Amino acid sequence: MATTFTGDKETAVAQTEAVLDITSTRRRGGRGRGGNGRGPGGGGGPGGGGPGGGGGDEPRRFSPERYRLGVLVGIASILMMFTALASALIVRSGMHTSVDWRGGQMPTFVYLSTGLIVLSSLTFMRAKASLRHGEEAGYKLWLTVTLLLGLGFLAAQVLAWRQLVAAGVYLASNPHSSFFYVLTGLHGIHLLGGILALGYLHWFVRRAGGPEAELKRRTLTDVVGIYWHFMDVLWVFLFLLLFFWR
Amino acid sequence: MAEPEVTAETPAAAEEHAAHGAGHGAHHAPTGFVRKYIFSIDHKVIGIQYLLLALFSVVLGMLMSILMRMKMTWPDHAWPVLGWLFPEGAPGGVMTPEFYLSLVTMHGTMMVFFVLTTAPQGGFGNYFLPIQVGADDMAFPYLNMLSFWTTLLGLVVLVSAIFASGGSVIGPTGGWTGYPPLSAIGHLLNVPGQGMGVNLWIISIAIFCVASLLGALNFIVTLLNLRTKGMSLMRMPLTCWAWFTTAVLALLSFPVLLAAGVLLFLDHNAGTSFFVPGGLSNGTTVIDHSGGSPILWQHLFWFFGHPEVYIAILPGMGATSHILSTFARKPIFGYRAMVFAMFAIGLLGFFVWGHHMFISGMSPLTGAAFSVLTLSIGVPSAIKTFNWLGTLWGARIRFHTPMLFAIGFVSLFVAGGITGLVLGQTSLDLSMHDTYFVLGHFHLVMGVAAIFGMFAGTYFWFPKMFGRKMNETLGKIHFWPTIVGVYSIFIPMHAMGLVGMPRRYSQFYEMLDGKLVWIYNFNSPTYPLIQFVSWAAIITVSVQFLFIFNFFWSLFKGERASDNPWEATTLEWVTATPPPHDNFGGRVPTVYRGAYEFGVPGAPEDYVLQTTPDETGPNVAYADEAEGQGRGSSNGNDVHG
Ligand code: HEM
Ligand SMILES: [Cu+2]
Repeated sequence: MATTFTGDKETAVAQTEAVLDITSTRRRGGRGRGGNGRGPGGGGGPGGGGPGGGGGDEPRRFSPERYRLGVLVGIASILMMFTALASALIVRSGMHTSVDWRGGQMPTFVYLSTGLIVLSSLTFMRAKASLRHGEEAGYKLWLTVTLLLGLGFLAAQVLAWRQLVAAGVYLASNPHSSFFYVLTGLHGIHLLGGILALGYLHWFVRRAGGPEAELKRRTLTDVVGIYWHFMDVLWVFLFLLLFFWR
Repeated sequence: MAEPEVTAETPAAAEEHAAHGAGHGAHHAPTGFVRKYIFSIDHKVIGIQYLLLALFSVVLGMLMSILMRMKMTWPDHAWPVLGWLFPEGAPGGVMTPEFYLSLVTMHGTMMVFFVLTTAPQGGFGNYFLPIQVGADDMAFPYLNMLSFWTTLLGLVVLVSAIFASGGSVIGPTGGWTGYPPLSAIGHLLNVPGQGMGVNLWIISIAIFCVASLLGALNFIVTLLNLRTKGMSLMRMPLTCWAWFTTAVLALLSFPVLLAAGVLLFLDHNAGTSFFVPGGLSNGTTVIDHSGGSPILWQHLFWFFGHPEVYIAILPGMGATSHILSTFARKPIFGYRAMVFAMFAIGLLGFFVWGHHMFISGMSPLTGAAFSVLTLSIGVPSAIKTFNWLGTLWGARIRFHTPMLFAIGFVSLFVAGGITGLVLGQTSLDLSMHDTYFVLGHFHLVMGVAAIFGMFAGTYFWFPKMFGRKMNETLGKIHFWPTIVGVYSIFIPMHAMGLVGMPRRYSQFYEMLDGKLVWIYNFNSPTYPLIQFVSWAAIITVSVQFLFIFNFFWSLFKGERASDNPWEATTLEWVTATPPPHDNFGGRVPTVYRGAYEFGVPGAPEDYVLQTTPDETGPNVAYADEAEGQGRGSSNGNDVHG
C-alpha cells in the first residue's frame, strides 16, 4: 500500500519544503524526530529547540513574521493594480486608434512632491535607526518629520492638480491627463493609508510593556517602513511613466 | 531574524492584545449575541456567514435563470405575476428583451462573484483552513470580519441595482463581462439599465474586489504563518493547498479588475476615453469620446477573468480530493503531483486570457500562442483527473452523499473540460464563440462542477459545523436528479451551439397569429432541445429545495454526529464537534504524518489521524495521551518504504 511519502524521496521533499517554507509561528519548538519525515519537526522548519512536547496551553504569540508577510502580500496586490494601470497607459498611448495622444503635461509641483517623498523615505530610515539605538526622542521626531513630509507630498500633488486645472487640463481633457489624475489619485489614497499608519505608530503604539511591547513596536515600525518605502518607489515609477509617456 | 524572541505570553498580555484589537488570536470567546454571531471575528462564524450569503445569492441567481428560460421558451406568454412584479420589465406579464438581458447580467454576476467566489473560499475555506492547519483562528481576525462585511456591502449594492436601474430592467444589460462601449456610454444613447444600473454594478464589483483581496491576504498569511507543529507544507490536506492557490490567484487578479473598474467608472461618469473609441453614434446622437480601446478592457477583464474561473473551481478540486480519499479509504493517489498540478493550473491560468478574445482581431500569432498555452492546461488537469481515478481504482468505496457529489464533480469537470480543449483552438473558437456551446462548456466546468464541490463540502462538513449529519436518504434523492438534471440542461446546449444559436439572445422564435415563426431559420432544429432544456432546468432547480430543506431540517433534527463520523484523518476531525471557539480547546495539536493515511498496514484501524504519533498504536488526538499506550514500537518506518 503506497502512502504519501516514500523513503528515498524523503530528502528531496524536505528540501523542497525548506525552500517553500516560511517560518510558522506555531511550529517553533517542534521536536525533531529524525529523518523519517514523520516527526513534528519533519518539515525542515526553523528552530528545533523550544520547549518540546505537543499539547499544553500555548496562546498565540506575537509574530513579527505574520505582519511582515501581511504587508508584503498586500504590496503584491497593490503592485498588480498599478501594473495593470501602467500597462493600460502604455497600450493606450501606443495604439493606432490613439490619434488623440498628444503632449501630456507634467505640472511643476510634481517635481516638488517627488523630492518630498524621496526625502521622507530617508527620514523614515533615521526614525528606524533611532529606534534601534533606543533614542526615543529621535524616533518620535523623525516619525513626525516623515509624517509631515508625507502630508507635504499630498499637498504638492493637490497643488499639481490645481495647476493643471488652472491650465484648463481636466480629467477628460486628454488621455495623458486622464491617467495623470487616476494614477496620482490612487497613489494618493494608498499613501494616505501610510500616513495613518505613521500616526498610529507615533501616537498609539506604546513603548512600555517589556520586551514583547518592544518587539511589537519594532515590528510595526518595520512593517510601516516597508509600506512607506514601497509607496515612495511606486511614486517614482509612476512619475517616470507619466514623464516619459507623454 | 535579529528580533528578540518572545516565548510565552502572559495571560495579562494576551488580554491586553485582545483589547487593542491588534489582530491576535488570543481573544476570548465572545458572549453577547451581536459579537458572537453578527460582528464576529471567529473564522467559523464568518465562514457560515459567507455560506449564508452565497445561499441567498444562489437562490436569486437560480430564479433568474428560470425566468430566462421561460422567456426563451415561451417568448410571448403572459405571466401575470411578472406583470405585477415588473410592470415595465414585463408589461402585461410578457418579458421584454431588455429585461432578459438584465437577467443575464445579474444572474452571471451573482453566480460568479457572490456564489462561486464566496462559498468555496470565503465559506468553507474560512471555516476549515485554520482548523486543518491547526491554528486557533485566521492570522488577522478583524480583517476577516471586515472582508465579510465588505462582501455583504458589495452584494447589497448589486441588489440595489435591481431597484435603481429604472423600471424596465433589473440591472445593466451588458452581461457579467461588462464590455464597453455599451457599459461606458450606453446611457448616452438611453439604453435601459446602462445609467445607474451600470454604476452600481461597477461599484459592487469594486467593493467585491477589495473584500476578496482582504480575504486572500488573510488566507495566505494564515497558511504560511500559523501551521501547527509538524504541519509541514507537504502534510497539508489538499483542501488547504487549493485554498492557498486560490488565494494567490485572487490576490493577483482582483487588483487588475479593480483597476479596470475604476477606468470604466470614469469613462461612464467623467467623460474620459480609456475604453471608448471615437466616432460612435446611434444615428441621432454622436458620442463625444475618442481614441479609447474596447479591446483594452477585454485584456484587463480577462486577465482577471480567466484566473477567476480557477478561483471558482480550485476549492472544489481540493474538496473533491479530500473527500474521494476519505470515502475510498485510500491515500490520495499522487499527493505531490496533485499539489504541483494545482499550482501549474494556477500559474498557467495567468497566461491564457487571450482565449476569450480570439475573435477580437488579435494577430494570428498571438492567437496561436494563447491557444498553445490554453491547451497546455490540459496536462495538469489530466494529471488531476487520473489521480482521482487512481484514488478510486480498486477501492472499497463508501458511497455516502458527499462521495457521490465528489464523484459527480470529477465527471462534470471532465465533461466540461473536454470542450475547453475544443474552444481553446483558435480555428474552432472562431465559429463557436458566443454560442450556446460556450454556455454549455462553462456551465459544466465552472458553474455546476463548482456547485457540486460545494454540495460535496456541505454534506461532508455539515456534521462538523453543526454537530448533526444531513439526512442520507434525502441527500441521495437530491444527488441523482441533480446530476441527471444538470447534464440534461447543459449537454443539449452544446448541440444548440453547433447549430449556431448565439448566446445572450432573449428569444429565437415568436408566435405570430398562433404560428411559430423563427427569427433565424437555421435555429429551427433546436426547438425540441429548447423545450427539453427548460423543463430540465425547472425540475433541477425544484429539486434543490430538497437540499435546502434537508439543510435546515438537519440543523435541528438530523442524526447526532460524533467527532469523526466519516473516520477521516485530518485535524478538523480531531477536535470536538462543533469546534470550540479557539478550535482545539486551548490545546495545540501536533501533526506526525501526511493528510491521507488510509489503510496503513499494521495500523489497528483503517485510518490514521494526522495527530497519531505511532501508526501501530491507537488513534490519538494529542500525543501526550498516547504516552501511556505503548509507544515502544518505534519501527513503523517500513510502512513508508
Ligand atoms: C439551473 C442552473 C442554471 C441555468 C438553467 C442557467 C441558465 C443560464 C442562462 C439561460 C444564461 C443566459 C444565456 C444567454 O442568453 O446568454 C446563463 C448565463 C450565465 N450563467 Fe447560468 N444557469 C444556471 C446555473 C449557473 C451557475 C451555477 C453559474 C455559475 C457559474 C452560472 C453562470 C452563468 C454565467 C457566468 C452566465 C453568463 C452571463 C453573461 O452572459 O454575462 N449559471 N445561465
Ligand atoms: Cu478562460
